[in-house]
Amino acid sequence: MLANLINGISLGSVYAIIALGYTMVYGIAKMLNFAHGDVIMVGAYVAFCAITGLGWPPILAVLASVAVCTVLGIIIEGLAYKPLRNATSLAVLITAIGVSYFLQNAALLIWTSNTKVFPNIFADLPALQLGSTQVAPVTLITVLANIVIMLALTFFTSKTKMGKAMRAVSEDKGAATLMGINVNRTISMTFAIGSGLAAIAGVLLCTAYPTLMPTTGAMPGIKAFTAAVFGGIGSIPGAMLGGVLLGVIEIFGKAYISTQLSDAIVFAVLIIVLLVKPTGLLGRKVREKV
Amino acid sequence: MKALKNLKKQTKISFLNYGIVILFFIVVQILANLGMLTNSLKGQLIPILSYVIMALALNLVVGISGELSLGHAGFMSVGAFSGVVVSMSLAENVPNPGLRLLLAIVIGALLAGIAGVIIGIPVLRLNGDYLAIVTLAFGEIIKNVMNCLYVGVDKAGLHLSFKDAASMGMAADGKVLINGPMGATGVTKLSTFIAGTILLLLVLVIIQNLVNSRTGLAIMAIRDNRIAAEASGVPVTRHKLIAFVTSAAIAGAAGALYALNYSTIAPKKFDFNTSILILVFVVLGGIGNMTGSIIAAALLTVLPELLRKFSDYRMLIYAIVLILVMIASNNPKLRSIFDGLGKKAKKEEAAK
Amino acid sequence: MSKETDAVLKTSHLGIDFGGLTAVDEFNISIAPDEIKGLIGPNGAGKTTIFNLLTKVYQPSRGKIFLDGKDTKNMSPVQVNHAGIARTFQNIRLFDKLSVEENVRIGLHEHVRYGMFSGILRLPSFWKEEKRAHERTLELLDIFGLADQADVRADSLPYGAQRRLEIVRALATEPKLLLLDEPAAGMNPSETEELMKNIRKIRDEFKIAIMLIEHDMNLVMGICENIVVVNFGKIIAEGTPSRIQNDPQVIEAYLGGRKEED
Repeated sequence: MLANLINGISLGSVYAIIALGYTMVYGIAKMLNFAHGDVIMVGAYVAFCAITGLGWPPILAVLASVAVCTVLGIIIEGLAYKPLRNATSLAVLITAIGVSYFLQNAALLIWTSNTKVFPNIFADLPALQLGSTQVAPVTLITVLANIVIMLALTFFTSKTKMGKAMRAVSEDKGAATLMGINVNRTISMTFAIGSGLAAIAGVLLCTAYPTLMPTTGAMPGIKAFTAAVFGGIGSIPGAMLGGVLLGVIEIFGKAYISTQLSDAIVFAVLIIVLLVKPTGLLGRKVREKV
Repeated sequence: MKALKNLKKQTKISFLNYGIVILFFIVVQILANLGMLTNSLKGQLIPILSYVIMALALNLVVGISGELSLGHAGFMSVGAFSGVVVSMSLAENVPNPGLRLLLAIVIGALLAGIAGVIIGIPVLRLNGDYLAIVTLAFGEIIKNVMNCLYVGVDKAGLHLSFKDAASMGMAADGKVLINGPMGATGVTKLSTFIAGTILLLLVLVIIQNLVNSRTGLAIMAIRDNRIAAEASGVPVTRHKLIAFVTSAAIAGAAGALYALNYSTIAPKKFDFNTSILILVFVVLGGIGNMTGSIIAAALLTVLPELLRKFSDYRMLIYAIVLILVMIASNNPKLRSIFDGLGKKAKKEEAAK
Repeated sequence: MSKETDAVLKTSHLGIDFGGLTAVDEFNISIAPDEIKGLIGPNGAGKTTIFNLLTKVYQPSRGKIFLDGKDTKNMSPVQVNHAGIARTFQNIRLFDKLSVEENVRIGLHEHVRYGMFSGILRLPSFWKEEKRAHERTLELLDIFGLADQADVRADSLPYGAQRRLEIVRALATEPKLLLLDEPAAGMNPSETEELMKNIRKIRDEFKIAIMLIEHDMNLVMGICENIVVVNFGKIIAEGTPSRIQNDPQVIEAYLGGRKEED
């Protein structure tokens, strides 16, 4: 029971970190960035190569991975999404799917379809003994990372100038422009942060579940996206809450109901939440003006 | 007489679409007779027809009704596996393969339509991106449930289990029809090119006549301005549901046609990527444009096959082309050029 | 029981709050079956909110609305329309991508009698009803001089014509009461003159009641038999145009209160 709860929170924390990226991008660019999950995969591959190929220490590898993904995020936004700023949301969605295909197939060419076994980068750290349950270091670090990231982001969006600009852009692009905010730079910055977070999520995900393939990011991406919607898309605490809940539901579903149906259970819970509260757990309601 | 002229314009488009399908059928027949059809291309014919039907079905929801569905492969899956069960369990009672295919498609469409009602009633109250994510979730649920579904048949009739093949409790002579994640194996191929073509024509008649009637007009009115449609006395939920369920049923028919073209078919085939693939056909063909859906679905189903010599690079190229097309078609400068060309052509037509 | 004296619409103690803020309160009116009533007041007085309440776009927080003596309590906007209220919108809401004719056809939706399957199978009832609907559409469009633009896309019409098309669409639903939200906004004086004639004409020909929100005082005073003045969500005066023009409270509301545009 306790072990399952801890596993659930750990997996949920990974979802939460990915969901934060989704939610920030959605809040500002109003787009479903389906390629976000694939940035996770790229992040994991970069860290993998740095550790096993170049023999870098894990901390350096993680930093390299964050750097690569941040730049990747900015490039993707600039090349693929920026030209579509005034296009329909469906056009942007399809473009994001194109980017997703591109990343997956580029990874397939570079790293082949052979499954890579991701190294346990926290192998040297001792496990935490909680009664009869052992908590793996990766679990602890994942949960801690999630909390730190959420606090940092909350601080960033409420206290710093750039963070305030982000909130302004997500409220009203036109008004933000009139206030002298550089909307393009703000959006670009949001992608940078979201993609950097995706790199961290990728490393944590693959340390806990060490199989790495070009499609590794796809399913966690979709689930993190549902987590973001679950918590109320556009809301930072919502993404965290949605992510953790989703992870716990998934692990409990696997343990007590059915291994094969655990995904179905996760999605069924999402549907029920949305039907009861159509804007997610912590989302805001918008009234249409007539 | 203006409406007659108007109706004529819509009828013209409808007949253009029938013409394209019939022409495609004839060309394929000629090529086949001349021996110019490679085996791999021959194998693509029924998938092409299935995907064209899927694209038309999805366009009814995305283009005409204006709701984004990211889970349409789920309905295809329901149609596919119910079609397989129908065709295999009736193998002895209905020896005629054509009739069996017909029954499989009809029941596949019916069950997918029922799934459409079950999903549509709660889902269609949501809007925009939320609707998209919930349809995605339903698509994943259907895939997951199909992955755990075991169906078998013996003398006593159909057996069903969500655990494993053994717990169906069949007699010794029983036959497993659907085997969980393995899907259906040893399926008798019933789908033929001509049956598929007829189904496609039928689907076109249904969709185009529906769109060009008061029901279709009401659906488009809700898409363009829900509040004004309500104020004009158009019941919103009923019409959204009509579009969604019709689309789901057609997707089910396409699924049955598709599945009965293979000897084995796994639930994994109808996942999120398939839903997205069909959406790509619809968007590249032009939202709400049925002719575009037909052409885009057909070309893009064959394209990876034609790009086979680029083997490793073909999906990469596909991705880049997809992004470039989206950017180019949404570029205001390019757009105004295209619009200008369109207007010029129309003026010339009017001048005649 | 004489139908003549019965009100087509009656409200009692109607009101709505938005998050603690009272937008409309104690709104009591009665509209006779062939009356043209004006609803005026400074900007932000709650006029459009009243229309939204009557058509159930907003659910009232309190009070009742009777349409032909029937309480509309549990009705949706669609049911209210079927029961006999049609409206236009302050910020025009046409079906932009559809043609002028199609816009009117949507108003006729409930009055065209063939089912979905007759439509798909193109049964005789489809052809018969489509022909009837087409003829009716052209008749209605003709009243507002739009018949020759039936095939044009709605969003390509000039502003004034779009407002007129909205009225035609509302009329097509065969209402007992027509609510017009600033029908003359954006129209030039000659268009407004024409509109006044047409509003009177549809009242006389269709025998319906009309309530209109309008800032153009020439129009309001020219065609309304009775005027209701609201300010801060409450009725401050009611009566004939000449009485309203000399009502000190009304003058105070317009001159002393927030400044009036137009």
